Amino acid sequence: MKKQKLYWVLLGIFFLTFPFLVKSDYYQHLMIITLMWVVIGSSWNLLAGYTGQVSFGHAIFFGVGAYTAGIFVTKLEMSAWWGMMFGGITAMLIALFVGWVCFRLRGPYFALATLAGGEIFRLIAVNWEGLTDGMVGILIIQDFRSKVPYYYIALALAAVCIWVIHVIMKRKWGYYFVSIREDQDAAASMGINTTLYKNISLLVSAFFTGMAGAFYMNYMGFIDPDVVFSLHFISIMAILVGIVGGVATIWGPAVGAFIMVGLQETFRSSFFGLAPKWVSQGHALVFGLLVIFVILFLANGVVGDWKKIKRNVFRMRESH
Amino acid sequence: MDVFLQTLVAGVLIGGIYSLIGIGMSLIMGVMGIINLAHGQLMMVAMYITFVLSHYLHLDPYFSLLVAMPSLFLLGMFLQKYLLNPLIKVDSILPENQVLMTVGIGMVLAEIARFIFSSDYKTVQTPYSSSAFFIGGISFNLAMSIAFLFAVAFTIALFWFLLKTDLGRCIRATAQDKDAATLMGVNSSRITIITFGIGSALVAAAGTLLIPIYYLFPDIGGPFTLKAFVITILGGLGSTVGAIFGGILLGIAESMGATYIGMGYREMVGFVIFILVLIFLPGGLKRLTKI
Repeated sequence: MKKQKLYWVLLGIFFLTFPFLVKSDYYQHLMIITLMWVVIGSSWNLLAGYTGQVSFGHAIFFGVGAYTAGIFVTKLEMSAWWGMMFGGITAMLIALFVGWVCFRLRGPYFALATLAGGEIFRLIAVNWEGLTDGMVGILIIQDFRSKVPYYYIALALAAVCIWVIHVIMKRKWGYYFVSIREDQDAAASMGINTTLYKNISLLVSAFFTGMAGAFYMNYMGFIDPDVVFSLHFISIMAILVGIVGGVATIWGPAVGAFIMVGLQETFRSSFFGLAPKWVSQGHALVFGLLVIFVILFLANGVVGDWKKIKRNVFRMRESH
Repeated sequence: MDVFLQTLVAGVLIGGIYSLIGIGMSLIMGVMGIINLAHGQLMMVAMYITFVLSHYLHLDPYFSLLVAMPSLFLLGMFLQKYLLNPLIKVDSILPENQVLMTVGIGMVLAEIARFIFSSDYKTVQTPYSSSAFFIGGISFNLAMSIAFLFAVAFTIALFWFLLKTDLGRCIRATAQDKDAATLMGVNSSRITIITFGIGSALVAAAGTLLIPIYYLFPDIGGPFTLKAFVITILGGLGSTVGAIFGGILLGIAESMGATYIGMGYREMVGFVIFILVLIFLPGGLKRLTKI
């Protein structure tokens, strides 16, 4: 137990001092993106893993958050950092509507409804040129040249997100969420207002995803509908981060984010320039194969199936 | 008035093909209770088969129905047998892992197509692609009309199969109550495999029929998967009859949207219908008939 605490402290020190340990802009950038995915994956996990409502449309909230921040600059001529505050809140408002429509459906049909929702928002962002500038996208000037401030903001966001989810899951709400996942009818017959608690789960999830979107706008300085409302690279990626790491575990999505961003970058850069160029085209193919592999063999993710991995891959415990 | 009628005709003709896509999806959904998110991608595979046959062997697209449909039938059976059915035994927290699996299959199919054919847009030019005939001042695109007739023929054949043959009865029994059907001696896992094959073959037919009037690229599957889903929601989940009307209604709505609102919103019409149906008519058209 003491040893475990030591590991946590070391891990905390590593994350706090990371920008001083690694000076390379490239690796700092990867770390920032990973932390952003920790936020998105964890909030997806709250809705899908704990509450059992598998969302295929987290790009809705990410994109709405990002566009909120962008519109603060282009239309209101205020700092995009206001968007950090309002991005999450706007995403929550949108989530109220999404929940009102989509929670009429259950299970796979809910999943599909959110998927269609993501496409609807992408088309709105493309066609409503007066507000979003359509396919041109939104370009803003970043406030900081150094990546260090962004790193700490992303770190704080990820830490707060994981902490909030951890607290929620320890309280009564958390038990309600899990009971809805396990058996919605039984939960309802026990007197739990399932629609209300599904909506609460969705709102918290949307809030953090919207914050992550607003952060993305601030950090990258450019968005367009196909980037932030992308089905494959936001919605599906959020699912992958969740299931690779392990659904319904606190640290699963965090681990998943490191694996997925690492994998994505490895393939995008053709194994950091070591492999022939055509490998970089295959990163979406690897994504697909990974989905199939993970579902067939690691249904509960790296964290959830850690014991199984230990047993089968490292042959630990059994050899003694 | 002419514009309206013309739009209506174009909508009904494309709606016939949409129905074919929707029926395949409904059939799979009815029997297995899952949504096949690789549906559009299977259509894309069939379209590439047709493209290769007509580009390299100069075969008529309608002739390649004879190749595309059996190949997709086999591909569908393979996917169901080796990727989807084993999942029933996997213990997982998320019940939706079969749906996720179809997403993975769809991504892999699209990326393989991109590897082989690159992301370029392809078309197949046929003499009848742009020819039309006129009935009372309304023009009927020849390729679209042929496609519509084929779609009707396939639908009738499918219903004959489902209603009159033993295998068809087994499929309907499995869709109604899987456990009861198993108790009556139906091999339900074999039925799911065959059903997935039939659904894939139907969507293959739709893809091949679309080729003369449409273009082709690896990501074409996604939008059609969503269309199929909108159709099944519109028609009522798992209802094949509903899917026919849902498909035609979607076709009409899309072409009306394109004519009267604007081409950019053509894709959005389907989604707006989708939301309206969910809010005002949950259960879809099936609810109206009480069948």
